[in-house]
Amino acid sequence: MPSITFDGRDCEVLPGETVLDCLLRSGIAVPHSCKAGACQSCLMKAGSAAGLADAQAGLKDTLRAQGYFLACSLRPLEDLAVALPGGEVRTAARITGLEALNETVLRVRLRTEEPFAYFAGQYLSLVREDGLARSYSLASLPNEGDLELHVRRIPGGAMSEWLHREAPEGNTVWLQGPAGNCFYVPGKPEEPLLLVGTGTGLAPLYGIVRDALAQGHTGPIWLFHGALTPSGLYLTQELQQLAERYPNLRYVRAALRDGGADGVENGELDACIRARLPKLAGFKAYVCGDPALVNSLRKKLFLAGVASKAIYADAFLPSALPVASACT
Amino acid sequence: MSEHVSPSLYDQLGGAAAVDAAVDIFYRKVLSDDRVSHFFDDVDMDRQAAKQKAFLTMAFGGPHNYTGADMRRGHAHLVARGLNDGHFDTIVELLGSTLAELNVPQPLIAQVAAIAESTRADVLNR
Repeated sequence: MPSITFDGRDCEVLPGETVLDCLLRSGIAVPHSCKAGACQSCLMKAGSAAGLADAQAGLKDTLRAQGYFLACSLRPLEDLAVALPGGEVRTAARITGLEALNETVLRVRLRTEEPFAYFAGQYLSLVREDGLARSYSLASLPNEGDLELHVRRIPGGAMSEWLHREAPEGNTVWLQGPAGNCFYVPGKPEEPLLLVGTGTGLAPLYGIVRDALAQGHTGPIWLFHGALTPSGLYLTQELQQLAERYPNLRYVRAALRDGGADGVENGELDACIRARLPKLAGFKAYVCGDPALVNSLRKKLFLAGVASKAIYADAFLPSALPVASACT
Repeated sequence: MSEHVSPSLYDQLGGAAAVDAAVDIFYRKVLSDDRVSHFFDDVDMDRQAAKQKAFLTMAFGGPHNYTGADMRRGHAHLVARGLNDGHFDTIVELLGSTLAELNVPQPLIAQVAAIAESTRADVLNR
């Protein structure tokens, strides 16, 4: 009889039983609703298991790539270990670099002793030695060695003020994760991509766009970065150079106020997108930044033709890491 | 003599693949229709798409675990915001036009509409 390991406990599977039913019977609370593979409430993660693909119907490809599956749809034939989304462990890291990217955004570099596996664009929780924790998206690529985060200074924000003011280079912190759904999945090199971010929502996109190009993406890639004023934009030179090097990359930056010069558009980000891309059927879209804006943008992109399953925003399921609802 | 078992409505419509094909078309219609779109202004799209999918699966005669009590609980806050028969009719209409767009034959559309209709009292909390 196969058994399921969850959080250090082994639960024996009865013949024909699903992972969900087995865990519930064993007194383990797993969020669930329809028990029919439709509502996706019972999303869980497994390393690998026979028949996993059958329990991944309807899931986004980024979730499949990470071994997520629906517990109500898997009847295990062999032993497997499962976890709820976000149930990851901590890794030690040292702060190796702090660099201002503009007036309010700090580039934070981190180095881990143990390998830290992630996809460019995912997020992690940064945990200070006293337990203070905040979530940030990864702007680096996995093969770059150091991890890179973009931290906006938030007045009164405990973590961001610590990083900006005390410049704790050399300090040890803990990383929890990674998690999140915003990353590039190879396999469709000609697919048109739309990357939209505001403020430090650029961080995951900076990883995703470079990852896509490094993996040989040939289809059009549109990167839109928006800010309140032009001074809120950053990494503009790096991105312009990238767009010169890769003709399939288009980089558009916009400010709500005081734009209209130096290559910065003036106005709402979605108007900038609509002006260039009135029809978005067939696109895959990544939307990152302020949660309210992310929610409104993803709806607009959906109505402009992007399939709901092709919009990645990490406004994630309730049992995910306790972070802001979008990848900022 | 072999016994003839007619395929279920869900199978006739094409099962899970049909739900997948319908969900974006249906949800786009709902979000674009001024008669009902305001009920969806402040909802999270991912969760809402999952709910639409569960609803369509049920209306297509597919597997589901909905009870009348779930329907009541799930819509009570909308009834408080004025959800009425007219809005319900609009949703059934949009469901029908979604299926018509997918070339589903009229008799099957009528069966789907009848299943949706059976939830009216619970959805409107009567």
